[in-house]
Formats: sequence, C-alpha cells, structure tokens
Amino acid sequence: MSHISPVLWQFLVKWMTDFSLFPPEASKIAPQMDALYFFMVLVSLIGLTLVILLVVGFSLLYSKRRHPVAVQIEGSTLLEATWTIIPLGLFLVMFVWGALIYFRVYTPPNNAMNIYVVGKQWMWKAEHPGGQHEINALHIPINKPVQLTLISEDVFHSFSIPAFRVKREAIPGRYTTVWFEATQTGTYHLFCTQYCGTDHSHMIGEVYAMTPDNYKKWLDSSTSGSSLAQNGERLFASLSCSACHNSRPDARGPNLVGVFGSKLTLTDGETITVDDAYLRQAILNPSQHVTQGYAPIMPTYQGQISEEGVIDLVQYIKSLDTDYRLKQTTTTTTLLPESQGKAAPAAKGMVKQ
Amino acid sequence: MPENIAIAGATEVEAHHAHPPYQRHHFETIGQQNDATNFAMWLFLLTEIMFFGGLFTAYMIYRNWYYPAFVEGSHQLSIFWGTLNTAVLITSSFTMAMGVWCAEMRKKSALVLCLVLTFVLGLVFLGIKSIEYHEKWEKHHVPGIRYSLDSFLNPASDHEVYQEYHDKPLPLDMARHTELYFFLYFAMTGMHALHMIIGIGILAFMIIKAQRGAYTTGHVTFVENFGLYWHFVDIIWIFLFPLLYLISRHAN
Amino acid sequence: MSDTIVVLPDQATARLPKKSYLNKENGLLSWLLTGDHKRIAILYLISITFFFFIGGALASLIRLELLTPQSDLMATDTYNKVFSMHGIIMIFFFLVPSVPATIGNFFIPMMIGAKDLALPKINLLSWYLYMAAGTLAIYSMVVGGVDTGWTFTTPLSTHYVNTHVITTGLAVFIAGFSSIFTGLNFIVTIHKMRAPGMTWFRLPLFVWSNYAASILMVLGTPVLAIALVLIVLERTIGIGVFDPTKGGDPLLFQHLFWFYSHPAVYIMILPGMGVISEVISTFSRKRVFGYTAVAFSSVAIAVFGFFVWAHHMFIMGISNYAVLVFSLLTMLVAVPSAIKIFNWAFTLYKGSVTFETPMLYAFGFMGLFTIGGLTGVFLGTAGTDIHLTETYFIVAHFHFVMVGGMLMAFLSGIHFWWPKMTGRMYPEKISQLAAVVTFIGFNFTFFPQFILGTLGMPRRYASYPPEFQVLNVFSTAGASILGVGYLLPVLYLTWSLKYGAIAGNNPWQATGLEWQTQSPPLTENFTEIPIVDHEAYDYEWLEHQKEKEVASA
Repeated sequence: MSHISPVLWQFLVKWMTDFSLFPPEASKIAPQMDALYFFMVLVSLIGLTLVILLVVGFSLLYSKRRHPVAVQIEGSTLLEATWTIIPLGLFLVMFVWGALIYFRVYTPPNNAMNIYVVGKQWMWKAEHPGGQHEINALHIPINKPVQLTLISEDVFHSFSIPAFRVKREAIPGRYTTVWFEATQTGTYHLFCTQYCGTDHSHMIGEVYAMTPDNYKKWLDSSTSGSSLAQNGERLFASLSCSACHNSRPDARGPNLVGVFGSKLTLTDGETITVDDAYLRQAILNPSQHVTQGYAPIMPTYQGQISEEGVIDLVQYIKSLDTDYRLKQTTTTTTLLPESQGKAAPAAKGMVKQ
Repeated sequence: MPENIAIAGATEVEAHHAHPPYQRHHFETIGQQNDATNFAMWLFLLTEIMFFGGLFTAYMIYRNWYYPAFVEGSHQLSIFWGTLNTAVLITSSFTMAMGVWCAEMRKKSALVLCLVLTFVLGLVFLGIKSIEYHEKWEKHHVPGIRYSLDSFLNPASDHEVYQEYHDKPLPLDMARHTELYFFLYFAMTGMHALHMIIGIGILAFMIIKAQRGAYTTGHVTFVENFGLYWHFVDIIWIFLFPLLYLISRHAN
Repeated sequence: MSDTIVVLPDQATARLPKKSYLNKENGLLSWLLTGDHKRIAILYLISITFFFFIGGALASLIRLELLTPQSDLMATDTYNKVFSMHGIIMIFFFLVPSVPATIGNFFIPMMIGAKDLALPKINLLSWYLYMAAGTLAIYSMVVGGVDTGWTFTTPLSTHYVNTHVITTGLAVFIAGFSSIFTGLNFIVTIHKMRAPGMTWFRLPLFVWSNYAASILMVLGTPVLAIALVLIVLERTIGIGVFDPTKGGDPLLFQHLFWFYSHPAVYIMILPGMGVISEVISTFSRKRVFGYTAVAFSSVAIAVFGFFVWAHHMFIMGISNYAVLVFSLLTMLVAVPSAIKIFNWAFTLYKGSVTFETPMLYAFGFMGLFTIGGLTGVFLGTAGTDIHLTETYFIVAHFHFVMVGGMLMAFLSGIHFWWPKMTGRMYPEKISQLAAVVTFIGFNFTFFPQFILGTLGMPRRYASYPPEFQVLNVFSTAGASILGVGYLLPVLYLTWSLKYGAIAGNNPWQATGLEWQTQSPPLTENFTEIPIVDHEAYDYEWLEHQKEKEVASA
C-alpha cells in the first residue's frame, strides 16, 4: 500500500469514513417504513434472481449448440395465470402496507406540537409557537410528536428529512402538514427536494433532535421576545380586525373566541371544522368563507399580509380561548406604541408596500 | 398459398395497376384510401377533443370554486351576439353538409356556391366574435395588465348589464376571480376562433380547387374530411355557448 | 462465440440489389421531399442520433459536476440549465420518437405488408415539425437555455425564472404535434393497410406495442400541448390559471402535465418492448411464448397508463383517498410488465438460442427493465414514495427504465434491422463488445444512485453534502464507460455502411414479412402485396418456404 500516493490515500480514508449505505432511523415511523422497504427489496431480489435464472438457465440449456432445433410452444394459460396472480398479489400487499404507512405519516396525532415552516427561495424559515425563529434549521425535542404546518411564499418546495423518512411539499397558497416523532438525538440533514430555482441545492439545513430538557433550554435562549400569538395580537389590532371581531353582541364579524377546532356552518350551508387552513383561507378569501348569519363584508387581506403574518394571526386566533383576552386587545390596542406613533403597516407581518 | 408471398429479388416486377389519378400509389384500392383518410380525420378530431379537454377541465374546476364570479362574468356576455353567432355557425355547418352532398352528386357550381356560403358565414362568425372581443377590450375585461374590476365591485356603474341583472357587488376577493373567468372565456373562444381561421383558410383553397372541378370527379374525401373538421369546430362552439353564456345566468 | 452467427446460404453469394429505396432517386432534395416511410425513418434516425449526443454531452457535464460535492465546474444556474436541457432533449427529442419514428416508421408498413404508411405526407410533415422543434430547442439552449427542469413546474416556470421558457415550451409543443402525427399515422396504417390475411392476431408483437404507444401519443400529447399553451399565456400576460395569488391552482398544472407525462413513459417504453419481442423470438427460433398475453399486456399498459398520473403527486397534498386510488392503479399497471418479462424468458425455453448483438442487448434490457420496473413499485407504494420520491432513487429508477430499458431496446433493434435497412451487416465482434460495455457502464452509473436516493440525496442538486461523494464518483466513473459504449456503435455502424458484409435478404432467418423482401427493400416494399396465411413467428412456415425455394431452384 505504500506506493499509493498520500493524497489518494487521504481521499480513500475520508471516503470510507463518510461512507454509508443506509440512512439513520431516527424517528418512530422510520423502522416501520424500512420494514416495508426491505420487504420490497427482498421481493425485488427474488424476482430479479428468478428472471436472471430463467434467462441465463434457458439460454445455456437451450443454446443452439445443445439444442439445435427449437420446439414450438404456443404458451400456457396456467403459467400466464401464475405470473399474473402472484405479482399482483405481492403488489397488492405492498399497496395496502404502503397505504397504511402513508396515512400514518400524514395524519398527525392530536397531541402533536405544531411548528410552522415557511419555504421561500432559497431558505426554510421555521416558526415555533413561542416566537423562536430559525432559518435552515429546526430544533425539535425527541419522543414528542411534532407536526409541521408548511407553506411556501413563492414556488413549490419540498421539506425532507431523510433520517425521519418524512417529506412534504410546501405549496404556495395552501397549508400542508406532516408529522414525526424523533427517537434519537442528533443532527440530521434537512433538504429541499423539489426543484425550486437557482439555489435549490443550497436550500438545505440541519435538524437538531434534542432531549426535552435541552430543547427547553434552547427555547429559552432563543426567544425573540414575543410569541407568535403576541405578534398576531398586534397585527390583529393594527389591521383593525377588532372593529368587527370583537365578541360584542352587535359585532359585525363572528366571535373568534374558541372558534379554532369548532364546527361552523357557512352561508352556503356547508359545515366545516375550523383548522389552520380554514383560518388562512378566511383571512385571504373571506367571501368564500362567510359564517352563517353574517354579511360578506370582510375585505380580503390577500397581498397585504405575509405568510408569516398570516401564521401569527392564525396562532393568535388559536390562542383565544377566553373572552377576556380579546377584550383586552380591543381596549389596549390604542395603548400600544405601534398604532400610536407609526403608521399601521409597520406592524410585523405586514407586507411592506 | 405461401407462394403468393412476394420474394423480391434481382428480377423485380414493376406492378402498376391501372387506377384513377387521385389514388395514391401505396393504396390498393380507392376504397382503402378513403377509409384510411377518413379514419385519420376522426383520430385527429379525437386529439382535438383532448386538447380542448384541458381547458374544459380548468373551466369545471374554477367554476366550481368561484361560482359567483363566473355568474357575474357571464352577465357581461351578450346573449344576442352569442345566439346570433350560434345560428350563423349552425347555418354554415348546413351549407358545408350541402357542399359535401353537392360534391358527391358532382354538381360543381352548387358545390362552389356552398363552399363560398360556408366561407362567408365563417367570416361573419369571426366578425361578430371580434365585435364581442372589442367590447370586452373597451370595458377592460381582457385579462392581463389592463384588467378592471369596476363592473363587479360596483355593478351599478355598468348601466346596461345592471339594468338587466341587478348584480350585487362582489367582494374584492371574489371579484378578482372574474379575471379567471375572462381568461377562460378568451382562451376557449380564442382557441375556437383559431380553428375557425384555419378552417376558413382551407375553405379558400378549396373554393379555388372546386372551381377547377377537383372535387366533382367522384373523389370527395377531401371535402368530406374538411366537413368533419368544420362540424367538429361547430360542436365545440355548441358546448362553449351554453357553458360561457347561458348556464346559471339567473342564479342570483 | 465464434460459431453463433447463423451462416446462411444466401449470404455468401449475396449481392446488393440493383434497385432499392436508397438509390431509386438521388440528391438531397429527393430525401427532403420524400414520401417514402423508409427514407423518413432514416432522416429520423440521423436527427435523433444527433439529439441523443447533445443530450449525452449534457449528461456528461452533469456527471462531471457531481464528481465533487461543491458546485465547482459550473455555477448552480448553469447546472440547472444543463440538467433541464438534458431532460428536455432526451425525453422529447430522443426517447419519444426513438423507436417509433425510426424502426417503427421503417418496419410497421413492411411488417403488415403495406407499401407505405397511410399518410406519407403527414409522415414527412411530422419529421419537419420535429426538426423545427429541435432547432427551436437548440436555439433556446444557445441563447441562454432554460432552467425549469423538463417538468416546467409552475409557478417556478411562470413567475420565478428568467430564462427561455417560452421558446423551449414552444419547441416541446411543436415536437408534441410531430409525435401526434406519427401516432395517428400508425393507428390508421395498422387499421386500414394490413395485407390480405394479416389479421390482428397475426401481427408481429412489435406492431401491437407500437399500436398501444400510438394510442397514448394521440390521446395524451394534446393535453401536454394545452398545458404548455397555458404556461406561455401565464408567462406573457399573467392570466392566473396557475397563480395562487389570483385564485389559480398550481396543482392543476401538475395534473395536466402528468396526464401526458406519465403515459409518455409508456410511449417511450412500449415500442422498446416490441423490439424485444421480435429479437427474442428470432434468436431463439421460437414463437413468442403466450403471444396473446404479450399483445394484450401492451394494450393493458396503454389503458391503465392513463389512470395513474397522480402518483407523481403523492406528497403534494392531494387528497389521501386520491392517493389510495392512484397507488392501487399503479400496482395494476405494473402487472402487464411482469407478464411480458416472464413470457420473454419462457420464449427461450426449448428454443435454440444464439447470442448475436441484438440478443445481448435484449438480455440487458430484460435485466435492467426488471430492476427499473420493480423499483417503480417502490415509488408507486404510497408509504415508501414519501421517502424515496424526489431523490436519486427516482432518478435511478427512470434511468433504468428509459436508458437501461428503452435505449437497450433501441440499440437492439437498430442492430437487428440494420442489415435490412442498409443491406449490410454490422461487425459482430465489436458490437458484442459494445453491448457488454454498455451494460457494465450502465450498472456502474445508475446502480449507486439507488443507494444515494435511499440515503436521501435530493435530485437536481448542483452541490451536495460530502458524505454522498463516494457513490457519485462511482456513478461518474460508470458514465464514462457508458459513454464509450454509446460511441462505439456510431463508429462501427457508420463503418459498416461501406465495408460491412452484404447481408442478403434474411440474415437472421426471421419470420416477419419485412425479412421476406430484398435488403435494402424496394421503394414500394413488395413487388406484389403478400397474402398472409400463417401466424406471426411461424418458423416451420419459414423452413417450408426455404425448402420450396431450393426445390424450385
């Protein structure tokens, strides 16, 4: 080995230490998905071996030298049925198994903590409920279900954490969700996997899976001063939402207290459950989401609030579980420095004009 | 009879059967040629259906989502012009069908007359369409930069339409979606008009050839196939007219 | 394997025929204005080879860039343009027309006993459209290229990139019409031009599979056309159909695009499967096992192929129930491919197998297509799709199908019919070497990409985390072997045009009608239209014919 050039040798050593054939299994779903993956690998290997054996075997056994005259055979219904039904059966097993896993990955449990992720060219912005912001990084606790609510500000992006085996497209104009429960602490890759323009390959970051204690420490040390709900509260005030949504009996807009998670009947008679996606739509396209008994007078905020601003508002509305806080807002907004001194659009989350 | 399989070798036979001048050399019989070109035309119309199908899909989805915008958008279209145009087009299909019949019957001057009538009616259709387009342009209803929402945010300002329908003002977010309606209107009728223009071009060519007697020799496939195309364009309009002009016009 | 070449009585004494489609008329114009399907096929062959090597050059740039983790050979923007143009050229200008427009164009009329395609002028028009589209694509590449990826994903392609989307979109639009006309021509020809006695179930399987592909071309391509028109309109006047801020839905584009582009993969692979049926049968001297099953599996692929498009959108937030339906249908479309593979394998059973170059390529096809097909099931399964989609796994998967499958089939077919097309044999030894080199190079290039994808390396990355480097180096090394494998045939096939041995009428002793004429054929293919009284792949009939000939001589 001594004659190998030292540079090459260094490369080889570096390569071999970095080299891996399979990603870490760092989430609860990972082993489940890998089980299906290996089942399919096994089936594929058997299938491939079978094909190779047949092709190589037959062409050796019946090569012209050994078998100069071919015997004409029309076919065999039995064999046709065999290689129709057996693959079909195997594929159906994979289909059912895969569908179960698919539903698991995209159906978050009720107790999941929610983190908002906004994709834009070319970065990931994560927003924790406590107001912690991160760019191209995501801190999460292990052993706790974490739901991500994703949206894109511009083009399609796709949020992928290979170590957790989860991936979800971030789409402009609508929320998508995915969830996972990390099981091992560590730092993992976070990729944008949907081609999104020039710096697509730089839209990568790290996921930090931490013990709950460390996560709490991180939360405390990276607080931005106000939670998303607090930002939302300020925005709510500066956009004068409280002029209508003030929970007074004569209010022109529906009461927002406790509205999140409730069932609403709309003017067209449809009944819906209020979730993040509904709230977002109701702010941006209000005329299609008018609660029964109210006039369609709400103006649209499309183009006036950034996606982060919408998230703040949604988070604020989610946090309204008692009447008290809303009243506070309506009476204290005038006291806030923003609405006194500066023009309203300066509030965080509004699109700079 | 295996010996009938021709083994072409050094001694080749130039097999030229006598056939009419309009039969292409690679067809065995004129029947086969007519069958083949006819079938090809049907297949081509199938691709056209798929082509328009994409637009119809978009129409269906957005109409479902933005129903009020589509209703008020349709109020901007003139039933009078639309109906007149439908009549013009159906008449042109009739003259075309007559043309095919004349060609089959080898009536040369009648064929030319039918083709000219079809040609003129096609032009009339496009003329009426351009009147409608012009109106949209003046009202700033052409999607793109000049698009104006006035007629939908403040319907009373649009006297004529308002008198007939008494539209309620649309909320801003819904009003914006009328642009999608008008885009689909222009895309679908525009695509249709493009097919008309191509058809009229071919008609002009056919009129010249018909005068020289090209289609009254008993070989009418070209006229027949063009007739298929013309009727197809007609049928597309038969779908467009109710979808864009008529459906749910009085919904609110 | 020196004695594996069939030595034929007529080959030793064979002379090139005095008259053939090649020398009926001379001069460039006689080619450019020809209505002869065989000449148009040759025109296509030359042009798609040209585009294949442009696409290939772009591919080698991609592989060179990915040799190192940093984007050091070119800027990310350049890389994006390179992979976009690679995809666009390879798919729309090579793979879609590859087998149908060359081998199909040349041999479908001959196989069914017709003098030409039903619509020779439309056939020529289709080549001109193809060339116009190709020129436009090259033009857009020269003036700055496009960086949307071949998928033209909205709203990236409509609002966020500043490259030549409209020109390229137009190029693909025109190329689409070229492919519609080819498909239309085939369907009409197969329906209306069959020789007396040539019933549907006497057609060679190559005709069946091209028929199935033609249905997809005719019904699918217009939808792509309208999607591209909408993209161009969205970009020029901002109509909003795909723009969420105006109420449009970018997912609608995905639906329209994949409604064509999924069937498009069957447009690409089905004609290749047809080639394999012909080759396997000929070189095992045996009728294709389960002829009807293979024929119907082509049709089944075409039919099911239209209803699986949304499996490209599993992670895009379409409804979970839509995912269920499309995943299930994807499983169903996988079955006919399995049927084909097993039928081909059993065609060898009790055959009399020889190993000429076309057969070697066909074996390569069977192995690689099996891998490509099975890994497709990984992606059609909703659960594993989440992890594997948009990574190098999917890149490896479709290269196994498209390059490992289709390109192998194309090369197999080109070698197989080369004697008929040109009247001369290709050199056997070196072409066998090329087949083996291609196979090895291919596996080296693309197999590591399965592992990369499983590790999570995203596709379309100009730079990547350093731990993925080892496998990428493997892949690039393999690509250079693969490049040699593709260059070789161009060289020796060109050489053989002048120096190849004279082939004679039927060097492979194959049964198809195209082999019962002189090589190269006459312009009108047959001196007299054949009357068919035997099944496809009837080797006993062929023996009988030969005896008769000897007797009459």
